[in-house]
Amino acid sequence: MPGRRSSSYAGIPGWVVIVAVIGAAFVVLPLAAMILRVNWAEFIPLITSESSVAALLLSLRTSVAATALCIVLGIPMAVVLARAEFWGQKVLRSLVLLPLVLPPVVGGIALLYTFGRRGLLGQSFEMLGVTIAFSTTAVVLAQTFVALPFLVLSLEGALRTVGTRYEAVGATLGARPTTVLRRITMPLVLPALISGAVLSFARALGEFGATLTFAGSLQGVTRTLPLEIYLQRETDPDAAVALSLVLVIVAVVVVGLAHQAGEFTGFRRGASS
Amino acid sequence: MTFTFAATLAERGFDVELTIAEGETVALLGPNGAGKSTLLNLIAGLIRPDSGRAVLDDRVLFDVPADAQGARAASNAIRSRWMPPHARGVSLLAQDALLFPHLTVLDNVAFGPRSAGVHRAEADARAHGWLRRVDAAELSARKPGQLSGGQGQRIAVARALASDPGLLLLDEPLAALDVSVAPAIRRMLRDVLADRTAVIVTHDVLDAFTLADRVVVLEAGRIVDIGPTRQVLDRPSTQFAAGLAALNLLLGTASAYGIRTDAGSHVAVPVGQSLPEGARVGVAIRPALVSVSATEPFDPALNILPGVIIDLETRGDLIRVRTDHLAADVTPGVVADLDLSSGARVWLAFRPTDAVAYLL
Repeated sequence: MPGRRSSSYAGIPGWVVIVAVIGAAFVVLPLAAMILRVNWAEFIPLITSESSVAALLLSLRTSVAATALCIVLGIPMAVVLARAEFWGQKVLRSLVLLPLVLPPVVGGIALLYTFGRRGLLGQSFEMLGVTIAFSTTAVVLAQTFVALPFLVLSLEGALRTVGTRYEAVGATLGARPTTVLRRITMPLVLPALISGAVLSFARALGEFGATLTFAGSLQGVTRTLPLEIYLQRETDPDAAVALSLVLVIVAVVVVGLAHQAGEFTGFRRGASS
Repeated sequence: MTFTFAATLAERGFDVELTIAEGETVALLGPNGAGKSTLLNLIAGLIRPDSGRAVLDDRVLFDVPADAQGARAASNAIRSRWMPPHARGVSLLAQDALLFPHLTVLDNVAFGPRSAGVHRAEADARAHGWLRRVDAAELSARKPGQLSGGQGQRIAVARALASDPGLLLLDEPLAALDVSVAPAIRRMLRDVLADRTAVIVTHDVLDAFTLADRVVVLEAGRIVDIGPTRQVLDRPSTQFAAGLAALNLLLGTASAYGIRTDAGSHVAVPVGQSLPEGARVGVAIRPALVSVSATEPFDPALNILPGVIIDLETRGDLIRVRTDHLAADVTPGVVADLDLSSGARVWLAFRPTDAVAYLL
């Protein structure tokens, strides 16, 4: 538990504290500046306008879908990266984590040349009568593309930390690999899975560049909250600020909930002793 | 459930052949790094041998031909057989209980039966039965985090047995336990291992005497001694086994007048013991029956050997004087009177009738 730890020695140099405070101010001050500019009288009408509500709902819907997709794809990816040994593993890990450092616009262009009308796979989809680019599906794909590495990274680290000792015991007790994964491995890394999913959700919620490039900005279809904010900024700064605040609140609530969920799965403390 | 095993692992210099009869418990002794855990992991299927074959009750656990090394991996895969750990019916119990921290005690014990496809109610009933066997029925609703070390190991034993293994492997099951709880767990193990085929790795001779029918001494990846527990530990053939049994061991060759030790001394053996001349023999003496003196004693009835003290170690109310040949347990008074310290030259003596000489 954090709190009273007066007895433990913590030799932090004074100048470190000063720099840390400047750093914290650098993060907090812009948020405060934004909140100071909120037009409180008009706040409710601004965030309940038709386009705002549409953008918020679309953002939540697509982010939830993208998070689900991240979990479905990310768990097997993390397991293979953490547990298997094969040639080119390091290269593959770097490639999978590339979206972390790639400019989102570049990701959007890459997706366009994959799933677009004339893209690598898009042509085949087109023949089946399915158009992906500039649809809500495209929004989900763009968000998944940028958010997936967060989940994989978080889960892979946890899998390595937990190790294979419990899994070996499970196997010698007669459990098949699938049973071991479901009943032992996943429960042990649940806190990391939750925090990874939350990071992915937050990243998906804030996605802008890849979405704009790959999905466009169509109200109610592909115009998520960040796109709406960017658009409003030109014509109605008050609306942009109000919606930004909404996005901040959603992010804080999600992180808070996830933290609670992490606390709830407190059995990990017993495991690590 | 007869078990036959042979495997090599070049990387660790491991080459062991072993057969265990149905219902037999074998204790595996050896210094650290001798390959004890490697042997268990090979049997459990957690590592693969370079070559070898293991059969448990007509089921082939693995069969890797020796010539596989040079052969192409693809053709090797066709000829060699490999059973995954979960299909082997071999349970591994480690030094740490390793209970699944997210499951209750009951669910931990029911894990094996559940994994084998047994329905929940039936699996729980079996788990309750095993918890009663290990005297832990009242703990069934607890989480592993709420258990003491001894309780955890009891549950781990119940969990290992609940999966009904054909062969049970125990890797130093008592090593991590408090001295005060180990005897109770040892007694419980003796009861449950009575009619089971099992291999137990241990550093404690008491475990070997209490739990095992036979002991195997492993050194540098090879078996150096094997036989019934009493024979191996009362008449050791290696310094390691002698050390475990807290015995002095002199190795040598039988001569017409007694025994010529490898170090070049002459040792008389009890009258009436006939050892064929030229045979390799061992002589075992308890350290408590060896006396120490600063000058060479004149007594033709004693075996007298020179020695240089390596160290002194307090053992209860006695002090063990270790020399380059023999060790002797003496009282602190003797140590003070003779002013014994490391590097001192001393004479060690014992009566021939106190020694046991035997063929190797």
